[in-house]
Amino acid sequence: MSAVVKHRLFWPLVVLLALILLNTVSRPSFVSITVHDGRLYGSLIDVLRNSAPLMLVALGMTLVIATRGIDLSVGAIMAVSGAVALTIIQDSGDAANPAVLAVAIGTAVGAGLVCGLWNGFLVAVLGIQPIIATLVLMLAGRGIALLITGGFITTINSDPYKFMAQGYVLGLPFAFYVSLAAIAVVALVERRTALGMLTEAVGINPEASRLAGVRARGIIWGAYAASGLLAGFAGILYSSNIMAADANAAGLYIELDAILAVVLGGTSLAGGTFSIAGTVVGVFTIQTLKSTITFLGVPPAVTPVFMAAVVVVVVLVQSRRFRRWVGLLAASLRARSPRRPDRAEVAS
Amino acid sequence: MSHPDAEATSDALVAMRGITIQFPGVKALDDVDLHLRAGEVHALMGENGAGKSTLIKALTGEYAVDAGTITVAGEPRVFHGTADAQGAGVSTVYQEVNLCSNLSVGENVMLGHELRRGGRIDWRTTHRAATQHLENLGVAIDTRTALGTHSIAVQQLVAISRAMVTDAKVLVLDEPTSSLDRGEVEQLFAVMRDLRARGVAILFVSHFLDQVFEIADRCTVLRNGRLVGEHAVASLTPGSLVQLMLGRELDTLEALSSVADRHVDRSGTPVLRATGTGRKGVIEPTDVDVYPGEVVGIAGLLGSGRTELARLLAGADHADSGQIEVKGKAARLANPRSAIDHGIAYSSEDRRAEGILGDLTVAENIVLGIQARRGWRKLRKSEQDAVVAEYIAALGVRPASPNALIRNLSGGNQQKVLLARWLATAPALLILDEPTRGIDVGAKADIQRKVAELSERGLSVVFISSELEEVLRLSQRIVVMRDRRKIGELASHDVDVDAVIDFIAHEGQEGAA
Repeated sequence: MSAVVKHRLFWPLVVLLALILLNTVSRPSFVSITVHDGRLYGSLIDVLRNSAPLMLVALGMTLVIATRGIDLSVGAIMAVSGAVALTIIQDSGDAANPAVLAVAIGTAVGAGLVCGLWNGFLVAVLGIQPIIATLVLMLAGRGIALLITGGFITTINSDPYKFMAQGYVLGLPFAFYVSLAAIAVVALVERRTALGMLTEAVGINPEASRLAGVRARGIIWGAYAASGLLAGFAGILYSSNIMAADANAAGLYIELDAILAVVLGGTSLAGGTFSIAGTVVGVFTIQTLKSTITFLGVPPAVTPVFMAAVVVVVVLVQSRRFRRWVGLLAASLRARSPRRPDRAEVAS
Repeated sequence: MSHPDAEATSDALVAMRGITIQFPGVKALDDVDLHLRAGEVHALMGENGAGKSTLIKALTGEYAVDAGTITVAGEPRVFHGTADAQGAGVSTVYQEVNLCSNLSVGENVMLGHELRRGGRIDWRTTHRAATQHLENLGVAIDTRTALGTHSIAVQQLVAISRAMVTDAKVLVLDEPTSSLDRGEVEQLFAVMRDLRARGVAILFVSHFLDQVFEIADRCTVLRNGRLVGEHAVASLTPGSLVQLMLGRELDTLEALSSVADRHVDRSGTPVLRATGTGRKGVIEPTDVDVYPGEVVGIAGLLGSGRTELARLLAGADHADSGQIEVKGKAARLANPRSAIDHGIAYSSEDRRAEGILGDLTVAENIVLGIQARRGWRKLRKSEQDAVVAEYIAALGVRPASPNALIRNLSGGNQQKVLLARWLATAPALLILDEPTRGIDVGAKADIQRKVAELSERGLSVVFISSELEEVLRLSQRIVVMRDRRKIGELASHDVDVDAVIDFIAHEGQEGAA
């Protein structure tokens, strides 16, 4: 039992399940899943589908945070990626042509990778602090996206493109398969090779790692590149969902959700050991929380406050020190109450 | 051999009984007792990993105890943090001085206890009070100077007077002498004797046995997290104390004395030949060569350029002059990785900042060296387990559990793990900078024996240590450094410690003149 409680995923999972339970109690239909035309529908399915862009971004963020870094530019990279893809498709005039789509997606993801390489260059080669280095692209990226779209919100009509965010395969949303694939690839690359351990080593102590012969620069650079690449994919999913490239709204504030998801998953912002499974749980927690807000009918005006309050509770539940205080408080209350009958006995 | 008398437990200022502390995978302390009396210097003795640091941290409130009781001045206490312990009159001065080097001496002494007038800090009276506190310890320095400009010894005394500001009844000194020279140790001891006379209970941890015999009244000996016993120091000899700490006789070091006389064949190609290797403002151009199976010692005072030279040879820093040949071929050691690829392994003197990766396991720390060379291709689990098991056994790492986090191990065992990391890469040349600093006699003997054994099997070693005895015992040839340059080479079977010291003093002066 104590081994279960001590597992690093225990508290993140407790939080996620508690959130689902809260929704179910307030409205039992939350967990109901119905089948129409061989497709599954329901709030939980929506969570799986809508969480895909955040999942991709948070996976990349996990790797960056493990190296002691942070990537604030992921939202802006999504905007760039969406702008590139939709501009290519619109200019081609043949939105249903698979070759056009392949070129558009490839170029957009490539643009994400280039952005990531740029961030990595600033951090790993020039030694600029990650928060400043990625701030550059966070601010400039949306401007670049606007340049690409010519200052307009580019819209397209393309069923195959739409399929990525809105289509279904074997009853489940296609976007969910994209999430699964990304989780599998990242987990395999990090854990089946030595990259994960080397990344953790660099995050724990860059100088000791360098002296041990680890090519710290390459590993840090690679983490930012992976983050950019995944944000590129996330940008495609986002634009496919609304079938538009909106440079100002695409991926807005997603970097904050991604950082939160990583932290909720038990990876420390101080770098070092990281948990991909933890990030996955963190992403589902945040997405469930967002559904909760819609589901409970929280007025939009107080949504940020509600969100903040829940996050504070969630973070407190996961804080070891806070749990110890609660434990001590409970123990002192328990210790205090039985004394009263003793005194009564003495008096009598 | 004496045993704790009944009196000791009854009039103890601090009584720790049945202390047990458990870490994941390690039982750090198991039912340990410690009794500190007012007005005594009490030595806490034991090998690295015996549980000394853990016991201290239980006393200073840094660790919560899993079982056992702590009584201070007859009152049972439960410490939930260092502030609780300080409130109970227990103050600590750590091995690494925990002060703010960019603040002034006075600010450091009075930090958190500044004297106020009208809601604002009155710096004049605060500094006057700090001066008074320092003078109580016989230290006369300007309290407005930045702490960082003073020597470690002065900083140590500042830390002690800071502890005395809170009117500490119990003072814990964890390895206070490890970075002090002889004169500074004397100064510290004078302060300790004075505090003892004023009724302060001092818990003293040191690896230097002679210092324990010089200053301590009683001692508590730990081994493997258990209590061995409490003894009056006067009833012990250095030999019997070491025996208590190790649980075995220490005759291994004597057997090593033959190593220095071993003949090394210097007719072939050196493993490493550095010609005029230097770095502007750091170290003057230096020639060094190391032959197969040879141990070359580097002797010199702290700051003589020993470490700087080692870092150039290991590619940790860039040499801006000279050439380096590895096995007869010119080599460019641009970074540690290229040195490693040439078979040069370097173990830094700063174990914590430049050696271990605290949040990784023992196994991961060992295979990191191999893994870094292999890149992404992960060592197969079976290969990894075999390598880890082999080196844990060969070096006697304790606890022998590959999955323990290395930060939960003692300094000596961390050092063994680092040695394992480098040996696992099968280097041709091993550069060891202070591999035995701050570790106990047992681990030290283990590491020395391993170095001797490996060099006999053909490994070349560059061995750096502040302890000349150690350098003389292990190496066949000694490079002597002074003022950031090499002043000469000695064959170690021709000289003794005094001769080396004489050489450093004499030759250095001649060179400077």
